[in-house]
Amino acid sequence: MPKLVKDGAIIDDQWALLAKPDTDADTVEVPTGAVIIPLSVWLAQKQHLSERTDVGVWIDSDESANDLAEDAKTLPLIAVNFPAFMDGRSFSNARLLRERFGFTGELRAVGGFIRDQLCYLSRCGVNAFRFDDDSVNLEEAKKSLEDFTEFYQAGSDQPTPLFRRRTA
Amino acid sequence: MYIYDKYDHEILSQRVAQFRDQTQRYLTGELSEAEFLPLRLQNGLYVQRLAPMLRINVPYGMLNSEQLRRLARIARDYDKGYCHVSTRQNIQYNWPNLEEVPDILAELAEVEMHGTQSSGNCIRNITSDQFAGTAPDELVDPRPYCEIIRQWSSFHPEFAFLPRKFKIAISGSQMDRAAIQVHDIGLQLVTADNGDIGFKILVGGGLGRTPVIGSVIREFLPRIEILNYLEAILRVYNLHGRRDNKYKARIKILVRAMGPEAFAEAVEKEWTQIKESPSTLREEDFDNAKAFFTEPAYEALDETQAATLLDQQTADNVAFSKWLQRNVRDHKKPGYAAVTLSLKPTGIAPGDVTDSQLEKVADLADQFSFGEARTTHEQNMVLADVKKSDLFALWQAAREAGFATPNIGTLTDLICCPGGDFCSLANAKSIPIAEAIQRQFNDLDYVYDLGDLDLNISGCMNACGHHHVGHIGILGVDKKGQEFYQVMLGGSASNDASLAKVLGPAFGAEDMPQVVQTIVNVFLENRTQEEIFIDTYNRIGIAPFKERVYAKAS
Ligand code: SF4
Repeated sequence: MPKLVKDGAIIDDQWALLAKPDTDADTVEVPTGAVIIPLSVWLAQKQHLSERTDVGVWIDSDESANDLAEDAKTLPLIAVNFPAFMDGRSFSNARLLRERFGFTGELRAVGGFIRDQLCYLSRCGVNAFRFDDDSVNLEEAKKSLEDFTEFYQAGSDQPTPLFRRRTA
Repeated sequence: MYIYDKYDHEILSQRVAQFRDQTQRYLTGELSEAEFLPLRLQNGLYVQRLAPMLRINVPYGMLNSEQLRRLARIARDYDKGYCHVSTRQNIQYNWPNLEEVPDILAELAEVEMHGTQSSGNCIRNITSDQFAGTAPDELVDPRPYCEIIRQWSSFHPEFAFLPRKFKIAISGSQMDRAAIQVHDIGLQLVTADNGDIGFKILVGGGLGRTPVIGSVIREFLPRIEILNYLEAILRVYNLHGRRDNKYKARIKILVRAMGPEAFAEAVEKEWTQIKESPSTLREEDFDNAKAFFTEPAYEALDETQAATLLDQQTADNVAFSKWLQRNVRDHKKPGYAAVTLSLKPTGIAPGDVTDSQLEKVADLADQFSFGEARTTHEQNMVLADVKKSDLFALWQAAREAGFATPNIGTLTDLICCPGGDFCSLANAKSIPIAEAIQRQFNDLDYVYDLGDLDLNISGCMNACGHHHVGHIGILGVDKKGQEFYQVMLGGSASNDASLAKVLGPAFGAEDMPQVVQTIVNVFLENRTQEEIFIDTYNRIGIAPFKERVYAKAS
């Protein structure tokens, strides 16, 4: 079973990921079992899917967390995708999910991000990391979560910026 | 000047360790070229035509003498004994070894310096006015605000992979010396009628291949909200800026595509949701920041006495008198002056400075200016707090060290990017053109008589030499593998910011000195007594220049 880093530990990935449909989002069949579905499929079928507790949603970098908005709170898992590691839009989407839409479940980075982004991603509220590249040594990679232990500005992990903590 | 505390030191040392590990992983092949690229850029490391180039931030241009000496030592130990002052007030080394860069960064961290976010698609070093804190026309000292924003932007987790690079400049004076109208964000400090301090906010200015003057999106933002507001601008840009084409990825393209009004609306909407957050600044936060930029221990001096002494010294010394007029500026404190050290003697690449010269600047700073110096975006250095009674001694020392060319603000004080001699993006060389023009105008009295004249040279349309905002701008172009130069006239980076217009077809390198001479001749024939070049140009337009420059030899 493929593995991922979640909350600093290496665990089995229990979730399947459904690719974006070629056909209409409302006719795609969502398989049973834990599955992360594209945002479009969620939006088209949420009426009946919202009863399931094993459905998560993934948001591509050119999609907006605003489209999920209040739904976020009801989901067990949301993934933000990196089509390429230089595409930084998912950093903003992640923060919006945590800070604006109050999402408290598993926030997962998926796709082509790299280990050197782990620390910043976790500051944006991401707590699970599923690399596309299975050859990544997760034991080594998760060290990058600790690249920095102190930060100037507020983030999802630390709402109080350093200038306030300095004078506290 | 800002002094690091344990937090700053901790963060920076973690950064050095992180980059050391990344470099190691790159050298062992664990990190690919493509993955290492943005990581090294965000630590200041480019790979250039001949060797890597390492860009070191000089936050808002301020350096102390210890930092100057360390920069000198690095130039000597790791480079070829010199470095370069860039057009964004930073320091660049042209010949470091990749393997040694982590060591260089460690040496810099010891003196509270770094290359973090000096390149790459992230928020770059914040730039400002080289005369901050000393200029008589200053409304609000911009440096505490620069420092607050520097800290907010450093290692910002959300904005490290933006569509493109992002530059912020802040001005706090009446006269804009920070070119805020041609930055991604330009911030003008303003005071409301009730005395409240705030910012006028411009976005979407920039040079490069699509030069644009920034649009005002807010006339007054209370200063307590600046970090939230910046976060809102950056978030809109990060989510909506184009990523499909790097030439269309700057915020100016987004602002233009949406229209400044719609862009402003999107920002306001985002800001409404995040304002009054813990990132809202308090009175005490400004006080804390300001405490680092207090006045040095100025003496109470008598201005008249100082002036009398200078009158005596200039009476029988024309050279000193010229230097005084061109390189020395008024200061808000009686009996003090701000002095620009020229890094533009003819024959040296503009902005280049050797290790021993840096040490000399450090000595002069210690002796004459409270141990501090500044870099300028015109690629010179400034001693900002010199007693007028010391000017003569400083002039003599600066002359000996080669810093006293009395050409500040004149034609030969030209801004010039590294160009084809160093830069792999260049279409043409720029340094030899600068030198040829300096040689053409080697008569100091003549240049002096021309008055203020900005001549800016870039080696390609990326416009690092700010050619669009030169009174005379020169752009290197490539035509079928040959180097040519396009000339443009009428640009300005100041309050009346304007973009230069192209004069006509490009010229070969050998023609350039004569072309500039002809342009200057047209100016001299048309100027009124009071006019400087840009005034005459604005009055008579481009036609007379065009006519003469392209006149057929008869
Ligand atoms: S303007 Fe072009 S040639 Fe000059 S430094 Fe910039 S990228 Fe290089």
